Amino acid sequence: MKKIFQRPKSMQDVATHYCAGCGHGIIHRLVAEIIDELKVREKVIAIAPVGCAVIAYDYWNFDVTEAAHGRCPAVATAIKRLRPNNVVFTYQGDGDLASIGIAETIHAANRGENITVIFVNNGVYGMTGGQMAPTTLIGQKTATSPLGRNAVCDGNPIKMLEMLAVLDGVKYLERVTVYSPQHVLKAKQAIRKAFRNQIENKGFSMVEIISMCPIYTGRSVEASIEWIKERVLKDYPLGVIKDKG
Amino acid sequence: MKTKKTTHKKHLMTGNEAIGEGAVRAGCDLYAGYPITPQNELTAFMAKRMAEKKRIFIQSESEISAISMVFGASLTGKRAMTSSSSPGISLKQEGISYLAGCRLPGVIVNVMRGGPGLGNISPSQADYFQATKGGGHGDYHIIVLAPSSAEEAMSLTILAFDLADTYRCPAMILTDGMLGQMMEPVEISKFKFKDSRSINKKWALTGAKGRKPQSIKSLYLKPGGLESHNLRLQATYEEIKKRETRSESLYCNDAELIVVAYGTVSRIARAAIKQLRSRGKRVGLLRPISLWPFPEKVLKKYAKGTKRFLVSEMSTGQMVEDVRLAIEGQAKVAFHGRPGGGIPTQKEIEDKILRCLR
Repeated sequence: MKKIFQRPKSMQDVATHYCAGCGHGIIHRLVAEIIDELKVREKVIAIAPVGCAVIAYDYWNFDVTEAAHGRCPAVATAIKRLRPNNVVFTYQGDGDLASIGIAETIHAANRGENITVIFVNNGVYGMTGGQMAPTTLIGQKTATSPLGRNAVCDGNPIKMLEMLAVLDGVKYLERVTVYSPQHVLKAKQAIRKAFRNQIENKGFSMVEIISMCPIYTGRSVEASIEWIKERVLKDYPLGVIKDKG
Repeated sequence: MKTKKTTHKKHLMTGNEAIGEGAVRAGCDLYAGYPITPQNELTAFMAKRMAEKKRIFIQSESEISAISMVFGASLTGKRAMTSSSSPGISLKQEGISYLAGCRLPGVIVNVMRGGPGLGNISPSQADYFQATKGGGHGDYHIIVLAPSSAEEAMSLTILAFDLADTYRCPAMILTDGMLGQMMEPVEISKFKFKDSRSINKKWALTGAKGRKPQSIKSLYLKPGGLESHNLRLQATYEEIKKRETRSESLYCNDAELIVVAYGTVSRIARAAIKQLRSRGKRVGLLRPISLWPFPEKVLKKYAKGTKRFLVSEMSTGQMVEDVRLAIEGQAKVAFHGRPGGGIPTQKEIEDKILRCLR
C-alpha cells in the first residue's frame, strides 16, 4: 500500500498544547511542509517568540531557539549574518512583532536582512489571557479593553505590512489567512515564497497570517471564523502588499 | 650588521581602543553597539577594525537590539561583544539575563558614567551593584573584570572571551570614562591569544545536520525543571568562584591599613600609598581585578593581621558592602567616595588614610 499522506519530517510526533480551533497548529505544519519540500531541514535555525508559540521547539524537528519578547528579528539578524548558509526564520505573534518588538521588526526590515518572518496575527495576546493587542479591532472586547477598543485612548489597529512596504530594504510582504482549506493552500504558497526568497538571497520577506483565537475572542470555533470573514479581513485585506520580484 | 627588529613595540591607545583591539585579537566574530558617551571610541574603532577583518559590525537600533544580536551570535557558537555606558547597560539587562538563563557566553563592556538617570558623562563606579549582583531579573551572576590601565583593559578583554566560553557564562568588562578615554602605551605582543575555534561548542545551533535537533532556551515550565536549572547555574558559579577570583596586592603583608579600590580609583590610591610608604606609613593596596567573583578569601586572610581597611570608590559606597561581608567584623572598614562624576584626589585619600591611622 502506498502512503500518500504523513507527518512532515520537520514535525515531531507529539500531542498539541494549543486550544481547539487555534491556527498555530496549521501554521506550524505549513512551515514544516515547506521546509521539507525545500529540503532545508538540516539548515534551519528558527527563533520562537514569547507568546503561545514559545515552545515551538517541542513541535518542530529542527534547531530552534527562543528570544526575549519582541527581539526575534535582532537575534535572527546576528545568526543570518554569521551563518549565511543557514535558513533563518522568526515565528512571531502580534504582541511580539507589532508591539514590544516593533523597533526590531522595522530595523531588521529596513536593513534588508535576508530572513523570513512568519507573523501570526490573531488580534489578541493569547498566552497572557486575552489582552488587547496592537492588532485588536476597534470595538473588540478584550481583558484590557472591556468596553471594546476605543481609538481615542487605545489607537487604531496597526497594519505592519502596509507600514513596512515603504521601506526600500523590504523584498516581499503578503497577508494570508488559514480559516478555510482554500486559504490554507494560498497561505502555503506565500510561506514557500518567503523561504525561497531567502534561499535565493533576495532579502527580507514577511508573511502575515490572520489566524483564529476562539478562546480569547470569546467565540466558538465557527464564530471565530465568521469574525475573521466579516470583520478582520475588512481591516486587514488579504493579498500581496509588496513584491519587488 | 642588521639590528634585530624589536618585538616589544608599544602602541599608544585609549582604554576603549585597547578593549576593541583585545576583542578583535580574541576572535570576536560579531560586534553590535549603539552610540553613547563615554564609550563611542570603542564602537567607532570596532566599525573600522571589524570591516578590516571581514567580520560583522552592526550599529543596532537600540541597546536592547545590540545585546539580542550578541545572543543570536553566541547561540551559533560564535564570539560576540557589545559595549555601552551606564544608561545603555540598564537597557541591556534584559538580554544579559537571557544569556545567563540560556547559558550563553558573550562579552559586555560598561564604560561607566555618572548616574542615576541620564546623569552625566564623567567617570563613575556607580554600576558596581548592577554588574556584580546580577543586574537583570533572576538568580544569576556574570563574570565581572575591572581593568586599571589600557594594557590591562586589553588583556582582561581577551580573558573575558575565554572565561565566557569556558563557563558558558556572560562576562563583563567594567571600566569608566576616565580609563576608557585616557591614552596609554600598550604592548600588544606580550599577550597570548586562544584560538576560539578550538573550544568545543556542541551545544551551539548550527542546523540539525547529522545530529538530533537542539534548542537553546531559558523557559522551564515543568515542575522542578527551573529549580534544577538554577541549581546547575549555581554550581557553575561555585566553580568560577573557586578558579577565577583575581586580585592584586601591594604592600599588604605588613600593612596597618589596607586600601581596597578598583579601576581608576586604584590608580589614585596606589599613588597615595606610595607617597605614604615613603613617609614610613605602613599602608597597602588590595585591588580586586575580578569584581565577581569577589576576592573575599584574600580579604579574609589580610583581616587576620590588619586592623583597618579603607574602601574608596567613585560612588557613595557599593563595593564597600562586599568588603564588609568578606571581613565579617574582624577589622574596621572606613569609606571614602565621590559620587556623580566626582573623582577622589590623591590628597583626599592620603588625608583619609592618615585620619584612619590616628
